[in-house]
Amino acid sequence: MSETLLRADGLHTYYGASHVLRGVDFEVAKGETIGLMGRNGMGKTTLIRSMLGLVRPRQGRVSVRGEDMTDAPPHSIARRGIAYVPEGRGIFPNLSVRENLVMAARPGVDGRRDWDFERVVATFPRLGERLGHGGGQLSGGEQQMLTIGRALMTNPDLLILDEATEGLAPLIAREIWSIIKTIRASGIATVIVDKNYGAVMSLANRCVVLVKGRVVFSGSAAELSSNPEVMHRYLSL
Amino acid sequence: MDISFILIQLLNGLQYGLLLFLVASGLTLVFGIMGIINLAHGSFYMVGAYLAFSLSAMTGSLLLAVLLGVVLSVVLGIVLERLLFRHLYQRDHLYQVLLTYGLILVFEELRSIIWGDDVHGVAIPALLNFSLPLTDTLSYPVYRLAISGVCLALALGMYVLIQKTRLGMMIRAGASNREMVQSLGINIKLIYTLVFALGVALAAFAGMIAAPVSSVFPNMGAQVLIICFVVVVIGGIGSVRGALLAAILIGMADTFGKVLVPEFAGMTIYVLMALVLLWRPEGLFKRA
Repeated sequence: MSETLLRADGLHTYYGASHVLRGVDFEVAKGETIGLMGRNGMGKTTLIRSMLGLVRPRQGRVSVRGEDMTDAPPHSIARRGIAYVPEGRGIFPNLSVRENLVMAARPGVDGRRDWDFERVVATFPRLGERLGHGGGQLSGGEQQMLTIGRALMTNPDLLILDEATEGLAPLIAREIWSIIKTIRASGIATVIVDKNYGAVMSLANRCVVLVKGRVVFSGSAAELSSNPEVMHRYLSL
Repeated sequence: MDISFILIQLLNGLQYGLLLFLVASGLTLVFGIMGIINLAHGSFYMVGAYLAFSLSAMTGSLLLAVLLGVVLSVVLGIVLERLLFRHLYQRDHLYQVLLTYGLILVFEELRSIIWGDDVHGVAIPALLNFSLPLTDTLSYPVYRLAISGVCLALALGMYVLIQKTRLGMMIRAGASNREMVQSLGINIKLIYTLVFALGVALAAFAGMIAAPVSSVFPNMGAQVLIICFVVVVIGGIGSVRGALLAAILIGMADTFGKVLVPEFAGMTIYVLMALVLLWRPEGLFKRA
C-alpha cells in the first residue's frame, strides 16, 4: 500500500448545535483519486474543511503523512502538500490574474517545482490572455481555472476540488474535467466532490458516500454501480 | 499675495499632508486588512514624538534617535498585536472601540508618568538647520523640505511593497479572503502582525520627524487621530492610494484655509470631507 497523505479518524464536527459529522473515517493515499459523494447537506464540505483545519472537529483526529495535525493551523496543513479548490472558488477579486497565481507560488513538500507560472499559463491558455485582468472580471469558468491553476502553483501532492464544475456551461465543464484528468495523470492525488456522479465515478479509484455525517459506502466505482441500494437511496441514481 | 508666498504655502501644505499620510496609511491598512478601528493609532504618533525627544537627548543625534525609535516602535507594534489586537479580529467594532480607547488612556497616563505634562522641544539637526532664500525677505526651512522628501520616499516604498511584491499581494489577498490565503499555505497571522507593526512604525516615525517642527506635548495624538480619520474617510476606507491623495488635499485645505479664511480655518477640512462624501459616498478610492 502506498503512503497515506491525509487521514481522518472518527471525526465529529458541529456547527453550533447541529451535529454535522458523526464519526467519519477517511483516507487518501498518494496518487489516489477519490470521489466524495452524497446529496447536499450530508457533510462533504464540512469533512473537507475539518481536515484542512478550517473548522475544528470536536472529536477525532486528522493526520497528514502520519503526523497529527488535528489542532494545526490551516496554513501548516496546506504546507504539507495539500491544495484546496473551495466551493464558490475563492479567487481574490482585488488581485490581477497574474497576482492570484504568483502570490501562491511555492515548491512542493520535497522541493519539487513541477508547476510554475509558465506551466500553469500553458495549461490554461485562457488565463494567459487575461493576466492583467482583475480576478473579479473573469467569467465563472475562467475563475474556476484560476483557482485550480493557483492551487497547482503550490505544487501539491493532493488537490481537493469541491464542486469545481458547479454552475458552468457544459462545454466549460468538459474543459475542467479534462484538466482534472491531466492533473490526476500527473500523479497528484485528488478528492473530487461533484454533482456529475458519472464523471466522478469514471475517474475515481474509490468512491466514498456520505449520508448524514456518516460514511455509508466506500469502494470502487464498479462496486458502487453494482450496489443499487446505495445508488438509489443515497445518490438518487 | 505673490508667487513665492503661494509657493511657501504649497510646500507647507504638502509637508503637512505627507506627514498625515504616514499616520493615516497605517490606520487605513489596519482597518482595510484586519477590520480593526484603532482609536489608539494617534498614540503611536505621540509615542514617536516623545521617543524622539528622549532618545535625541540621550544620543545627541536626531538621526540615531529616529533609527532607535523605529526599532522600538516595531517591537511595540508586535507586542501589542500579539497581546491585544489579535483577540479583536473576530469581534464586533464595539469591543475594538472599547479596547483601543482604553489604550489611549493607558498611553496618556504612561506618558504623564514617564515624561510629565510639560511641553518639550526637539532641536532640528544642525545639518538641516538652515533656510533656502526664495526672495529678499522670504525663505524656506530646509528641514521641512527634508520631511516632505522622506515622506514621499516612504510613500513610494509603500506603493512598491503593496502593489509590486509578493508580500503585498498576500496582504491584499488577506483583505479579501482570509481563509483562502491560509489554505494556500500562507501564515496570515504573521502577515497581520507585520502589517500592524508597519502601521505603528509609520505613525511613530511621523511623530519623530514632526517633533522638531511641532514640539512635543500631551494629547498630541488625539488631534492627529481625528484628522487622520477624516483622511481615511475621504480617501476611501482601506485604500492607501486614497489616503495619500486625501492627506495632501487635507494638508492643502488646512494650510490655505488658515491663510485665506482664517475665521473658518477650523472648519475647512470638515467642509472638504462633506463635499467629497456628497460627491462620492465611499471616498475617492473604493476599498482596494
